[in-house]
Amino acid sequence: MKAVLNRHPWSPYAVGAGIGVLSWITFLVMHKALGASTTMVRAVGLVEGSISESHVRETPYLAKYMVGHPAIDWQFALVVFLVVGGFLAARLAGTPKESYVPPTWARSFGPSRKVRTVGAFLGGALLLYGARLAGGCTSGHAISGGLQLAVSSWTFLAAMFLTGIVTAKLLYRKEA
Amino acid sequence: MFDTSLFAPMGTLLLGALTGLVFGFLLMRGNVARNETIVGQFLLRDHTVLKVMLTAIVVGGVGIHLMSGLGWIALSVKGAHVIGQLVGGVIFGAGMAILGYCPGTAFVALGAGSRGAIPGILGMLFGTAVYAETDVWMQETVLKPLALGKVTLDSVTGLSPWLFLAALAAGGGALFVALERHARRGATA
Repeated sequence: MKAVLNRHPWSPYAVGAGIGVLSWITFLVMHKALGASTTMVRAVGLVEGSISESHVRETPYLAKYMVGHPAIDWQFALVVFLVVGGFLAARLAGTPKESYVPPTWARSFGPSRKVRTVGAFLGGALLLYGARLAGGCTSGHAISGGLQLAVSSWTFLAAMFLTGIVTAKLLYRKEA
Repeated sequence: MFDTSLFAPMGTLLLGALTGLVFGFLLMRGNVARNETIVGQFLLRDHTVLKVMLTAIVVGGVGIHLMSGLGWIALSVKGAHVIGQLVGGVIFGAGMAILGYCPGTAFVALGAGSRGAIPGILGMLFGTAVYAETDVWMQETVLKPLALGKVTLDSVTGLSPWLFLAALAAGGGALFVALERHARRGATA
Protein backbone atom coordinates (compact mmCIF):
# COMPACT_ATOMS: atom_id res chain seq x y z
CA MET A 1 0.00 0.00 0.00
CA LYS A 2 2.71 2.43 1.06
CA ALA A 3 4.79 1.58 -1.99
CA VAL A 4 1.82 2.34 -4.25
CA LEU A 5 1.10 5.66 -2.52
CA ASN A 6 4.73 6.72 -2.88
CA ARG A 7 5.06 5.79 -6.54
CA HIS A 8 4.75 8.51 -9.18
CA PRO A 9 3.00 8.75 -11.57
CA TRP A 10 -0.03 6.46 -11.56
CA SER A 11 -1.78 5.26 -14.66
CA PRO A 12 -4.09 8.04 -15.91
CA TYR A 13 -6.88 5.45 -16.15
CA ALA A 14 -6.45 4.50 -12.48
CA VAL A 15 -6.48 8.18 -11.49
CA GLY A 16 -9.58 8.82 -13.61
CA ALA A 17 -11.35 5.82 -12.06
CA GLY A 18 -10.33 7.07 -8.61
CA ILE A 19 -11.86 10.49 -9.32
CA GLY A 20 -15.01 8.76 -10.61
CA VAL A 21 -15.32 6.72 -7.38
CA LEU A 22 -14.61 9.84 -5.32
CA SER A 23 -17.57 11.51 -7.05
CA TRP A 24 -19.83 8.55 -6.05
CA ILE A 25 -18.86 9.16 -2.43
CA THR A 26 -19.38 12.94 -2.53
CA PHE A 27 -22.83 12.45 -4.11
CA LEU A 28 -23.93 9.65 -1.79
CA VAL A 29 -22.40 10.66 1.53
CA MET A 30 -22.04 14.44 1.25
CA HIS A 31 -24.79 15.31 -1.27
CA LYS A 32 -22.21 17.39 -3.12
CA ALA A 33 -20.52 17.41 -6.52
CA LEU A 34 -16.79 18.01 -6.98
CA GLY A 35 -16.09 21.64 -7.88
CA ALA A 36 -13.53 24.38 -7.32
CA SER A 37 -14.30 27.70 -8.98
CA THR A 38 -17.28 28.77 -6.82
CA THR A 39 -14.78 29.04 -3.97
CA MET A 40 -13.02 31.82 -5.88
CA VAL A 41 -16.25 33.86 -5.64
CA ARG A 42 -16.37 33.34 -1.88
CA ALA A 43 -12.66 34.21 -1.55
CA VAL A 44 -13.21 37.44 -3.52
CA GLY A 45 -16.33 38.15 -1.43
CA LEU A 46 -14.28 37.79 1.75
CA VAL A 47 -11.51 40.08 0.50
CA GLU A 48 -13.87 42.74 -0.88
CA GLY A 49 -16.16 42.39 2.14
CA SER A 50 -13.30 43.15 4.52
CA ILE A 51 -12.84 46.45 2.65
CA SER A 52 -16.48 47.30 2.02
CA GLU A 53 -19.28 45.08 3.24
CA SER A 54 -21.89 47.24 1.51
CA HIS A 55 -20.21 46.73 -1.88
CA VAL A 56 -20.59 42.95 -1.55
CA ARG A 57 -24.21 43.30 -0.43
CA GLU A 58 -24.99 45.62 -3.36
CA THR A 59 -23.28 43.52 -6.04
CA PRO A 60 -25.92 40.88 -6.88
CA TYR A 61 -23.44 38.22 -7.98
CA LEU A 62 -21.38 38.47 -4.78
CA ALA A 63 -24.44 38.80 -2.56
CA LYS A 64 -25.90 35.62 -4.07
CA TYR A 65 -22.91 33.60 -2.80
CA MET A 66 -22.07 35.53 0.37
CA VAL A 67 -25.23 36.66 2.15
CA GLY A 68 -26.76 33.99 4.38
CA HIS A 69 -24.22 31.34 3.35
CA PRO A 70 -21.05 30.52 5.30
CA ALA A 71 -18.11 31.73 3.18
CA ILE A 72 -15.84 28.93 4.40
CA ASP A 73 -17.96 25.95 3.33
CA TRP A 74 -17.53 22.38 2.06
CA GLN A 75 -15.99 23.41 -1.27
CA PHE A 76 -13.76 26.06 0.33
CA ALA A 77 -12.28 23.34 2.57
CA LEU A 78 -11.90 21.12 -0.50
CA VAL A 79 -9.89 23.76 -2.37
CA VAL A 80 -7.63 24.45 0.62
CA PHE A 81 -6.94 20.74 0.93
CA LEU A 82 -6.18 20.41 -2.78
CA VAL A 83 -2.99 22.23 -1.78
CA VAL A 84 -2.35 19.72 1.00
CA GLY A 85 -3.06 16.76 -1.32
CA GLY A 86 -0.62 18.14 -3.90
CA PHE A 87 2.00 18.73 -1.20
CA LEU A 88 1.69 15.20 0.22
CA ALA A 89 1.76 13.49 -3.17
CA ALA A 90 4.82 15.47 -4.26
CA ARG A 91 6.58 14.93 -0.92
CA LEU A 92 5.98 11.16 -0.74
CA ALA A 93 7.29 10.58 -4.27
CA GLY A 94 9.93 13.31 -4.33
CA THR A 95 8.37 14.75 -7.49
CA PRO A 96 10.51 17.61 -8.84
CA LYS A 97 8.95 21.10 -8.82
CA GLU A 98 8.00 22.63 -12.13
CA SER A 99 10.17 25.55 -13.15
CA TYR A 100 8.62 29.02 -12.78
CA VAL A 101 8.89 29.56 -16.52
CA PRO A 102 7.70 26.30 -18.12
CA PRO A 103 9.97 24.98 -20.94
CA THR A 104 7.25 25.08 -23.61
CA TRP A 105 6.42 28.68 -22.67
CA ALA A 106 10.12 29.65 -22.67
CA ARG A 107 10.67 28.28 -26.19
CA SER A 108 8.07 30.73 -27.55
CA PHE A 109 8.20 33.67 -25.13
CA GLY A 110 11.75 33.51 -23.75
CA PRO A 111 13.05 32.81 -20.24
CA SER A 112 11.86 36.09 -18.63
CA ARG A 113 10.14 35.55 -15.27
CA LYS A 114 8.38 38.91 -15.62
CA VAL A 115 6.82 38.03 -18.94
CA ARG A 116 5.69 34.66 -17.57
CA THR A 117 4.22 36.29 -14.44
CA VAL A 118 2.12 38.62 -16.59
CA GLY A 119 1.11 35.73 -18.85
CA ALA A 120 0.14 33.48 -15.94
CA PHE A 121 -1.88 36.27 -14.30
CA LEU A 122 -3.70 36.94 -17.56
CA GLY A 123 -4.32 33.21 -18.10
CA GLY A 124 -5.72 32.87 -14.58
CA ALA A 125 -7.99 35.89 -15.07
CA LEU A 126 -9.38 34.44 -18.32
CA LEU A 127 -9.88 31.04 -16.65
CA LEU A 128 -12.10 32.35 -13.90
CA TYR A 129 -13.90 34.95 -16.00
CA GLY A 130 -14.85 32.11 -18.34
CA ALA A 131 -15.67 29.69 -15.53
CA ARG A 132 -18.01 32.13 -13.79
CA LEU A 133 -19.72 33.02 -17.08
CA ALA A 134 -20.18 29.31 -17.86
CA GLY A 135 -21.16 28.43 -14.28
CA GLY A 136 -18.31 26.01 -13.54
CA CYS A 137 -14.80 24.83 -14.37
CA THR A 138 -13.00 21.59 -15.18
CA SER A 139 -14.20 20.06 -11.89
CA GLY A 140 -17.76 21.35 -11.59
CA HIS A 141 -18.59 21.30 -15.30
CA ALA A 142 -16.27 18.89 -17.11
CA ILE A 143 -16.15 16.11 -14.51
CA SER A 144 -19.22 16.52 -12.26
CA GLY A 145 -21.48 17.82 -15.04
CA GLY A 146 -19.94 15.58 -17.71
CA LEU A 147 -20.70 12.42 -15.75
CA GLN A 148 -24.31 13.57 -15.23
CA LEU A 149 -24.52 14.11 -19.01
CA ALA A 150 -25.54 17.76 -18.50
CA VAL A 151 -26.05 19.72 -21.73
CA SER A 152 -24.48 22.77 -20.03
CA SER A 153 -21.31 20.85 -19.16
CA TRP A 154 -20.82 19.11 -22.51
CA THR A 155 -21.25 22.48 -24.26
CA PHE A 156 -18.57 23.94 -21.98
CA LEU A 157 -16.30 20.92 -22.37
CA ALA A 158 -16.39 21.04 -26.18
CA ALA A 159 -15.80 24.82 -26.32
CA MET A 160 -12.98 24.60 -23.78
CA PHE A 161 -11.12 21.76 -25.49
CA LEU A 162 -11.37 23.18 -29.02
CA THR A 163 -10.30 26.68 -27.94
CA GLY A 164 -7.49 25.25 -25.81
CA ILE A 165 -6.12 23.44 -28.86
CA VAL A 166 -6.41 26.50 -31.14
CA THR A 167 -4.85 28.81 -28.52
CA ALA A 168 -1.96 26.44 -27.80
CA LYS A 169 -1.21 25.92 -31.50
CA LEU A 170 -1.17 29.72 -32.00
CA LEU A 171 0.83 30.54 -28.86
CA TYR A 172 3.42 27.78 -28.95
CA ARG A 173 4.21 27.86 -32.67
CA LYS A 174 7.80 26.83 -32.08
CA GLU A 175 6.62 23.40 -30.92
CA ALA A 176 6.71 20.54 -33.39
CA MET B 1 -20.29 39.48 8.39
CA PHE B 2 -23.12 38.38 6.06
CA ASP B 3 -25.97 37.42 8.37
CA THR B 4 -24.52 34.00 9.16
CA SER B 5 -21.42 32.39 10.60
CA LEU B 6 -18.21 32.53 8.61
CA PHE B 7 -17.70 28.76 8.83
CA ALA B 8 -19.92 25.84 7.84
CA PRO B 9 -20.34 23.16 10.55
CA MET B 10 -17.10 21.34 11.45
CA GLY B 11 -18.33 17.99 10.06
CA THR B 12 -19.05 19.57 6.67
CA LEU B 13 -15.62 21.19 6.61
CA LEU B 14 -13.90 17.91 7.54
CA LEU B 15 -15.65 16.05 4.72
CA GLY B 16 -14.70 18.83 2.27
CA ALA B 17 -11.10 18.72 3.49
CA LEU B 18 -10.94 14.92 3.12
CA THR B 19 -12.39 15.16 -0.40
CA GLY B 20 -9.87 17.85 -1.35
CA LEU B 21 -6.99 15.83 0.08
CA VAL B 22 -7.89 12.74 -1.97
CA PHE B 23 -8.77 14.76 -5.10
CA GLY B 24 -5.52 16.74 -4.90
CA PHE B 25 -3.47 13.58 -4.32
CA LEU B 26 -5.09 11.90 -7.34
CA LEU B 27 -4.62 14.93 -9.63
CA MET B 28 -0.95 15.11 -8.65
CA ARG B 29 -0.36 11.36 -9.17
CA GLY B 30 -2.15 11.61 -12.49
CA ASN B 31 0.43 14.20 -13.61
CA VAL B 32 -2.38 16.58 -14.54
CA ALA B 33 -1.35 19.30 -12.07
CA ARG B 34 1.60 20.05 -14.37
CA ASN B 35 1.80 22.88 -16.87
CA GLU B 36 3.60 20.67 -19.40
CA THR B 37 0.90 17.99 -19.25
CA ILE B 38 -1.98 20.40 -19.81
CA VAL B 39 -0.24 22.39 -22.55
CA GLY B 40 0.90 19.05 -24.03
CA GLN B 41 -2.73 17.95 -24.21
CA PHE B 42 -3.75 21.06 -26.14
CA LEU B 43 -0.76 20.60 -28.46
CA LEU B 44 -2.06 17.02 -28.95
CA ARG B 45 1.25 15.40 -28.00
CA ASP B 46 0.26 14.09 -24.53
CA HIS B 47 -3.25 12.76 -23.95
CA THR B 48 -3.06 12.32 -20.18
CA VAL B 49 -5.74 14.96 -19.48
CA LEU B 50 -8.20 13.30 -21.86
CA LYS B 51 -7.51 9.86 -20.37
CA VAL B 52 -8.06 11.03 -16.78
CA MET B 53 -11.11 13.11 -17.62
CA LEU B 54 -12.94 10.60 -19.79
CA THR B 55 -12.27 7.70 -17.39
CA ALA B 56 -13.58 9.83 -14.50
CA ILE B 57 -16.70 10.72 -16.49
CA VAL B 58 -17.46 7.11 -17.47
CA VAL B 59 -16.68 5.50 -14.08
CA GLY B 60 -18.37 8.35 -12.21
CA GLY B 61 -21.33 8.37 -14.60
CA VAL B 62 -22.02 4.64 -14.23
CA GLY B 63 -22.13 4.87 -10.43
CA ILE B 64 -24.10 8.11 -10.33
CA HIS B 65 -26.77 6.88 -12.75
CA LEU B 66 -27.01 3.54 -10.93
CA MET B 67 -27.48 5.27 -7.57
CA SER B 68 -29.87 7.82 -9.05
CA GLY B 69 -31.92 5.00 -10.62
CA LEU B 70 -32.15 3.33 -7.21
CA GLY B 71 -33.30 6.61 -5.70
CA TRP B 72 -30.22 6.84 -3.44
CA ILE B 73 -29.02 10.22 -4.71
CA ALA B 74 -30.42 13.30 -6.44
CA LEU B 75 -28.57 14.60 -9.50
CA SER B 76 -27.32 18.19 -9.36
CA VAL B 77 -27.24 19.40 -12.95
CA LYS B 78 -26.18 22.95 -13.79
CA GLY B 79 -28.67 24.91 -15.89
CA ALA B 80 -27.88 25.18 -19.58
CA HIS B 81 -27.27 28.75 -20.76
CA VAL B 82 -25.91 27.65 -24.10
CA ILE B 83 -24.34 30.97 -25.13
CA GLY B 84 -22.82 31.45 -21.66
CA GLN B 85 -21.28 27.99 -21.70
CA LEU B 86 -19.99 28.44 -25.25
CA VAL B 87 -18.44 31.87 -24.67
CA GLY B 88 -17.31 30.93 -21.14
CA GLY B 89 -15.77 27.71 -22.44
CA VAL B 90 -13.90 29.63 -25.17
CA ILE B 91 -12.47 32.14 -22.64
CA PHE B 92 -11.67 29.33 -20.19
CA GLY B 93 -9.92 27.22 -22.84
CA ALA B 94 -7.74 30.16 -23.90
CA GLY B 95 -6.83 30.86 -20.25
CA MET B 96 -6.02 27.20 -19.60
CA ALA B 97 -3.68 27.03 -22.62
CA ILE B 98 -1.86 30.17 -21.41
CA LEU B 99 -1.63 29.29 -17.70
CA GLY B 100 -1.23 25.55 -18.14
CA TYR B 101 -3.44 24.77 -15.17
CA CYS B 102 -7.17 24.74 -14.54
CA PRO B 103 -8.50 26.25 -11.29
CA GLY B 104 -8.29 23.05 -9.21
CA THR B 105 -4.92 21.89 -10.54
CA ALA B 106 -3.39 25.35 -9.93
CA PHE B 107 -3.95 24.77 -6.19
CA VAL B 108 -2.55 21.23 -6.40
CA ALA B 109 0.54 22.55 -8.22
CA LEU B 110 0.96 25.22 -5.54
CA GLY B 111 0.99 22.48 -2.91
CA ALA B 112 3.57 20.58 -4.93
CA GLY B 113 5.83 23.63 -4.69
CA SER B 114 5.36 25.02 -8.20
CA ARG B 115 5.52 28.77 -7.58
CA GLY B 116 4.43 29.51 -11.13
CA ALA B 117 0.89 28.77 -9.94
CA ILE B 118 0.89 31.85 -7.67
CA PRO B 119 0.42 34.58 -10.32
CA GLY B 120 -2.14 32.26 -11.92
CA ILE B 121 -4.17 32.05 -8.70
CA LEU B 122 -3.97 35.83 -8.21
CA GLY B 123 -5.20 36.22 -11.79
CA MET B 124 -8.05 33.79 -11.03
CA LEU B 125 -9.19 35.98 -8.11
CA PHE B 126 -8.93 39.07 -10.33
CA GLY B 127 -10.98 37.41 -13.10
CA THR B 128 -13.64 36.45 -10.57
CA ALA B 129 -13.83 40.01 -9.21
CA VAL B 130 -14.18 41.40 -12.74
CA TYR B 131 -16.89 38.85 -13.56
CA ALA B 132 -18.85 39.82 -10.43
CA GLU B 133 -19.02 43.42 -11.67
CA THR B 134 -20.16 42.44 -15.16
CA ASP B 135 -22.64 39.69 -14.22
CA VAL B 136 -25.75 41.91 -14.41
CA TRP B 137 -24.94 42.83 -18.00
CA MET B 138 -24.03 39.23 -18.89
CA GLN B 139 -27.31 37.96 -17.43
CA GLU B 140 -29.27 40.14 -19.81
CA THR B 141 -27.22 39.72 -22.97
CA VAL B 142 -25.64 36.28 -22.80
CA LEU B 143 -27.29 34.13 -20.13
CA LYS B 144 -31.01 34.76 -20.67
CA PRO B 145 -31.27 33.91 -24.39
CA LEU B 146 -31.12 30.15 -25.05
CA ALA B 147 -31.53 29.24 -21.35
CA LEU B 148 -32.78 25.65 -21.52
CA GLY B 149 -32.90 24.83 -17.80
CA LYS B 150 -31.31 21.82 -16.07
CA VAL B 151 -31.37 19.55 -19.10
CA THR B 152 -29.24 16.49 -19.78
CA LEU B 153 -28.30 14.75 -23.02
CA ASP B 154 -30.71 11.92 -22.14
CA SER B 155 -33.62 14.20 -21.13
CA VAL B 156 -33.26 16.30 -24.30
CA THR B 157 -33.11 13.33 -26.68
CA GLY B 158 -35.44 11.00 -24.77
CA LEU B 159 -32.74 8.30 -24.97
CA SER B 160 -31.39 6.25 -22.06
CA PRO B 161 -28.41 7.73 -20.19
CA TRP B 162 -26.82 4.27 -20.42
CA LEU B 163 -26.68 4.63 -24.18
CA PHE B 164 -24.56 7.80 -23.82
CA LEU B 165 -22.32 6.22 -21.17
CA ALA B 166 -21.84 3.11 -23.33
CA ALA B 167 -21.00 5.30 -26.35
CA LEU B 168 -18.49 7.29 -24.28
CA ALA B 169 -16.91 4.10 -22.94
CA ALA B 170 -16.71 2.50 -26.39
CA GLY B 171 -15.52 5.68 -28.14
CA GLY B 172 -13.03 6.50 -25.41
CA GLY B 173 -11.83 2.90 -25.24
CA ALA B 174 -11.22 2.74 -28.99
CA LEU B 175 -9.46 6.12 -28.97
CA PHE B 176 -7.19 5.14 -26.07
CA VAL B 177 -6.29 1.75 -27.57
CA ALA B 178 -5.32 3.57 -30.79
CA LEU B 179 -3.33 6.21 -28.85
CA GLU B 180 -1.47 3.60 -26.76
CA ARG B 181 -0.62 1.62 -29.91
CA HIS B 182 0.60 4.77 -31.62
CA ALA B 183 2.70 5.70 -28.56
CA ARG B 184 4.28 2.20 -28.45
CA ARG B 185 5.15 2.38 -32.14
CA GLY B 186 6.69 5.81 -31.56
CA ALA B 187 8.73 4.48 -28.63
CA THR B 188 10.15 1.52 -30.58
CA ALA B 189 10.76 3.42 -33.83
